[in-house]
Amino acid sequence: MIQENKSSRSQSAVMEKVVPKLFLICAIISIFTTIGIVFTLLTETFTFFNRISIVEFFTNTRWFPFASDENADFGIIALIMGTLTVTAIAMVVAIPIGLAAAIYLSEYASAKTRKIIKPILEVLAGIPTIVYGFFALTFVTPLLDKIIPGGISIFNALSPGIVVGIMIIPMIASLSEDAMNAVPNSMREGALALGATRFEVAMKVVLPAALSGVIASFVLGISRAIGETMIVTIAGGSRPTADINLTESIQTMTAYIVQVSQGDTGYGTTIYYSIYAVGMTLFVFTLIMNLLAQFISRKFREEY
Amino acid sequence: MPLINKESVKKRMGSRIAANGFAKFLFVLATCFSLLVLGVLIYRILSEGLPYLSLDFITNFASRMPERAGIWAALLGTIWVMAVTAPVSFILGVGTAIYLEEYAKKNAFTKFVQINISNLAGVPSIVFGLLGLTIFVRLLGLGSSVLAGGLTMSLLILPVIVVASQEAIRTVPREIREASFGMGATKWQTIRRIVFPAALPGILTGTILALSRAVGETAPLLVLGALAYVAFVPENIFSQFTVLPIQLYNWTSRPQEEFHMIAASGIIILLIILLIMNSIAVLIRNKFHKRF
Repeated sequence: MIQENKSSRSQSAVMEKVVPKLFLICAIISIFTTIGIVFTLLTETFTFFNRISIVEFFTNTRWFPFASDENADFGIIALIMGTLTVTAIAMVVAIPIGLAAAIYLSEYASAKTRKIIKPILEVLAGIPTIVYGFFALTFVTPLLDKIIPGGISIFNALSPGIVVGIMIIPMIASLSEDAMNAVPNSMREGALALGATRFEVAMKVVLPAALSGVIASFVLGISRAIGETMIVTIAGGSRPTADINLTESIQTMTAYIVQVSQGDTGYGTTIYYSIYAVGMTLFVFTLIMNLLAQFISRKFREEY
Repeated sequence: MPLINKESVKKRMGSRIAANGFAKFLFVLATCFSLLVLGVLIYRILSEGLPYLSLDFITNFASRMPERAGIWAALLGTIWVMAVTAPVSFILGVGTAIYLEEYAKKNAFTKFVQINISNLAGVPSIVFGLLGLTIFVRLLGLGSSVLAGGLTMSLLILPVIVVASQEAIRTVPREIREASFGMGATKWQTIRRIVFPAALPGILTGTILALSRAVGETAPLLVLGALAYVAFVPENIFSQFTVLPIQLYNWTSRPQEEFHMIAASGIIILLIILLIMNSIAVLIRNKFHKRF
């Protein structure tokens, strides 16, 4: 066996040198992916801005790319407003419910209950967005149509907003619960021993102590809502508008990209390049959100 | 003078306890709401989709007539794309994780790679679609093929696999590595024969969960130009294709009620596939989870 090892030693010495390099290449591919994304978006966006002025892009409130050349409008504010409307509705749904579920799971629920409920919430997080889109269009919209006096259009901002919120609940609940679980029990026990109720412990001790993680989960939720595609494409419609009207059709940045990809827009047209400009805006929005979340959870983390 | 005025404490206690009870009620309500939504969602899909579900539905191609429509092309398209995505993302993801955990020195480059991976995880999937469209479809000239779709999906789920694999590798204790080195094994031998097998259950669990996410992803492949109406099965990795979620999107976005019904049937199939994948992941985690 020693003999055998000796004969294979030179071979294994080569392996020792080559293998780390191969793994390094794997690691570098992830960097290339980022470079690829930024490079792709930048170059194609640059081409777009050669045709449409950057000032118009950010100040015009009308987005009508499919009109004939002279009449076409490329004002991304309409798409941004659509995106922000849906995101705002989603957060109104997701933040209170997600946070309440997190507080319940971490402060009130017994270990047994938590063990049952947490996986169910995870199921909710694992459902594909196309299914949520279907749910929004065929269940939530008709339901809202009955509830809201005057009814709503088949495509509207409210229904996808609510459903995006529902999709984000498990994410906020689970990240916030992690943050609250990290608060040591001694602090809870201290407060309880002083006569605080569980509610007071949750609100005045645990939540402030876990605040950075909780807020980071909100920011990540916002980022997810901004980038959500299928729910808003299916249930939101395709009428970009800068007015805020929850019951009427809207269009988000992501939905616009899908709309163009689905059409028969030729390669090299202004519309083709516009999806990169929109994609770039979307990328910058979500990147800022993600960096912000990382910054918050790193900067304001309280160590115990 | 007494330190505590018992009367005033007693007076406040009632309202504080009531507030606690009321808050608990609200928290439970919020939690139940999420569970209720899940219940309604599943009930709706089952009640709409089950009547149309049959063996024919699985083995038929897409059709303009709802009663003849099926998901065969989409089902096989999904399998084809995953056949590309699974090995590519597994090799790249595990390779990256091994590099970061075992070989990389703690320097600026390593930190940069790490930050880069966590940022990639937050990039919207549709942006990956734009990347795939430009790089794979146009620049490399792959067209809207299975290969282009699979590679795009690989990059999309790469961060998930890297993070899961890193955690799995980190749980392998130092002692058994040291024992291996002590026996005269080289670093690569230790990684290949000791660390990797020990971390494999965790790595596989993460990979399967990442793949099940890829199975449900729609947006990147839509942007890539995967077809919505396909009446053929991909023959090789350069074939055009469709996948289940895109087929479902196609049916959902039609106005006719019948197509919504078969979309629900398709969703049942999709959810069953995801359920199976998740069960396998849980099974691996429970069965092969070793404590050192």
